[in-house]
Amino acid sequence: MNGSSTTTRSSRSARGALTTLVTWVLVLLFFFPVFWMVLNGFKPESLASSVDPTFIFKPVTEGYQLAMDRGMAGYLQNSLTAAVIATIISVVLAIPAAYALSIRRVNNVENSLSFFISTRFMPLAAIVLPLFMILKTVGLLDNIYMLAVVYGAMNLPVTVWMMRSFFLEVPFEIIEAARVDGAGMFREIVRIVLPLVLPGVAAAALISFIFAWNEYFLALLLTSSSARTTPPFLGSFVDGRGQFLAVLSAAATIAALPVIIAGWAAQKQLVRGLSMGAIK
Amino acid sequence: MLANKRMLALGTGAVAVAMTVTACSSGAVQSGNGSTGGAGGAVTLKVATVNNGQMKDMEKLKTEYESANPGVTVNFQVMEEGDLRAAVTADVASGAGQYDIVTIGAYETPQWGANGWLVDLTPDLQADSSYDVNDLLPPVRDVNSYDGKLFAVPFYGESSILMYNKEVMDKAGVTIPQNPTWQQVADAAKKVNTADMAGICMRGKPGWGDLFAPLTTVVQTFGGNWYDSNWKATVDTPEWKEAVGFYKKMLDESGEKDPVSYSFNECLTALKEGKAAMWADASVAASMLEAADSPVKGKMGYAHMPVDKTKESGWLWSWNLAIPTSTKQKDAALKFVKWATSKDYIKLVGNKIGWSNVPPGSRTSTYSIPEYKEAAKAYAPITLDVMSSVNPKQPGVNPQPWVGIQYVSIPEFQDVGNQCAQLVADYLANRGTIDDALSKCQSVAQAAGDKHKK
Repeated sequence: MNGSSTTTRSSRSARGALTTLVTWVLVLLFFFPVFWMVLNGFKPESLASSVDPTFIFKPVTEGYQLAMDRGMAGYLQNSLTAAVIATIISVVLAIPAAYALSIRRVNNVENSLSFFISTRFMPLAAIVLPLFMILKTVGLLDNIYMLAVVYGAMNLPVTVWMMRSFFLEVPFEIIEAARVDGAGMFREIVRIVLPLVLPGVAAAALISFIFAWNEYFLALLLTSSSARTTPPFLGSFVDGRGQFLAVLSAAATIAALPVIIAGWAAQKQLVRGLSMGAIK
Repeated sequence: MLANKRMLALGTGAVAVAMTVTACSSGAVQSGNGSTGGAGGAVTLKVATVNNGQMKDMEKLKTEYESANPGVTVNFQVMEEGDLRAAVTADVASGAGQYDIVTIGAYETPQWGANGWLVDLTPDLQADSSYDVNDLLPPVRDVNSYDGKLFAVPFYGESSILMYNKEVMDKAGVTIPQNPTWQQVADAAKKVNTADMAGICMRGKPGWGDLFAPLTTVVQTFGGNWYDSNWKATVDTPEWKEAVGFYKKMLDESGEKDPVSYSFNECLTALKEGKAAMWADASVAASMLEAADSPVKGKMGYAHMPVDKTKESGWLWSWNLAIPTSTKQKDAALKFVKWATSKDYIKLVGNKIGWSNVPPGSRTSTYSIPEYKEAAKAYAPITLDVMSSVNPKQPGVNPQPWVGIQYVSIPEFQDVGNQCAQLVADYLANRGTIDDALSKCQSVAQAAGDKHKK
């Protein structure tokens, strides 16, 4: 009896060790490209593009200097403007939409949800030309607020879907109690529902922010100079006739920082938020 | 009912606020620089350009132009080659007018000129004797003309040459002639090939501008081409099979490992680090191999691109400045374009940035400047020689219905080239057969050729 329990315990701990090992390997696999990017950013250009990988070297900051000299701060500011406004738009519009699709249900919820997500079925390449022509006609090409509105609209379906799954988690008894106490619709959303789903809102907002921050294709085609954002700026370091890996890595490291910091700051809320919709 | 009215009012208010915010917009990058000009006759020129060394130098020197032309501001938007093509094509084709000056390749110029998208520069440039339009290298002028009209002017030009490590060749007792044949080069590569050093590095990365830049010139010198004079695709011919088979055999016997991962930058690194002994690619590479920090500086030899049935086999590429017809500032744009491609600008680069940084392959007179001849003595003479010798009107054995060497100047070619490059790269990587690759490529090429048959 004692022996069999020891065997079970040791087999359990072996399984645990194996899981830990696999997890670490996976984490390192995912993390290595980021680590390599940061490392390359501190290498001289010739070393960064060398055939033999180098881990120990004298770090230089030429890449960072060059990226900043080329006006990276302006592109970061544009990205921040577009991503923040887009996030506000998508969150502010998604909250009432998700409320109407979960708590105070409108007719044909399923059809509405399918319609929302179907707007994302069409590839961006198919919509970019009509969008370009419309914006050209109304004189809104190369306008950062236009880009923010486009990103907000683009992120809206995903945000609505995410929010709805969080709203469904709210116990109906609480809402009923609020209604019995005479809370109106607005009060019900703001005072009762939102505080309960705040981690979910934070998760949806962060995902919306990341999508807008990283968007490349529309930013390249719908902007030309004053509204250009960071992703196409990063692409501009790629040189078909010369080495560019160090400066590109440095610029990409700077570009990744705001999202990493935002994710870090919201870590606690995020973990709760991301797991909220999953509990059924 | 009241709630509905409130919601309607709220919605209308939100739309109004959004529209007001949008109308009052101003960006953070180069803020306040609208291209329509501002108060006091100020002019802002927007230039879309490619990220290469010469253009980055031009961006640095733009202040010289701005101080010589008060009231003019020049804004550069630097882009990666593929991004530039996408952004500029969308802008110019739709007449959006976001850019006053665009950087385009020799591939685009005749097509866009024919479409009426570009300002014809011929009368203005010919009328200005100080510009000396005839000083632009004749083959480069040919590839940037349509119907005898010049639609773009080059600020950078290149051909392709053979580059080899003289020390390695000498040690192996191999002599590379000034005008070698491909067979001589393949034999030499085999002799110097070792486990640590490939005998030759050649592009294998899929892409019309990657693998097919050198491979098209190999096909042409072996007697093949993409189309005959009637736009009939000729990819499934014995000449193609011989050329592509030769390319693979040479790479298998003495090329770099995993050639489908290699293009210009990878081969440049391999040559610099002593991982390859020879390389046939863009002539501008010589200036990088001879740069002050290059480990192979002074050790390299340069020869014409190897041939088989033709006298020359170098390609011809140029990056050019053009003015879209949609610009509202044609005169200001033209003045800047003339400055940036003038003889004086070349001297300005030499004096301010360095003579080895002078834009090559645009003007014949560049190669007579003593300081440049001294700084680029290892590669300037051969670059001028090759660039003046190539024939973009008929680079191969037979006549062709377009002007251009390593590409076909039709809009469909990017797609044809990309698809065929993937098929040939599969063959190079032993993932397919040559017959299968060429037969599929023939169908793709024919579908494009059919659109141009008269």
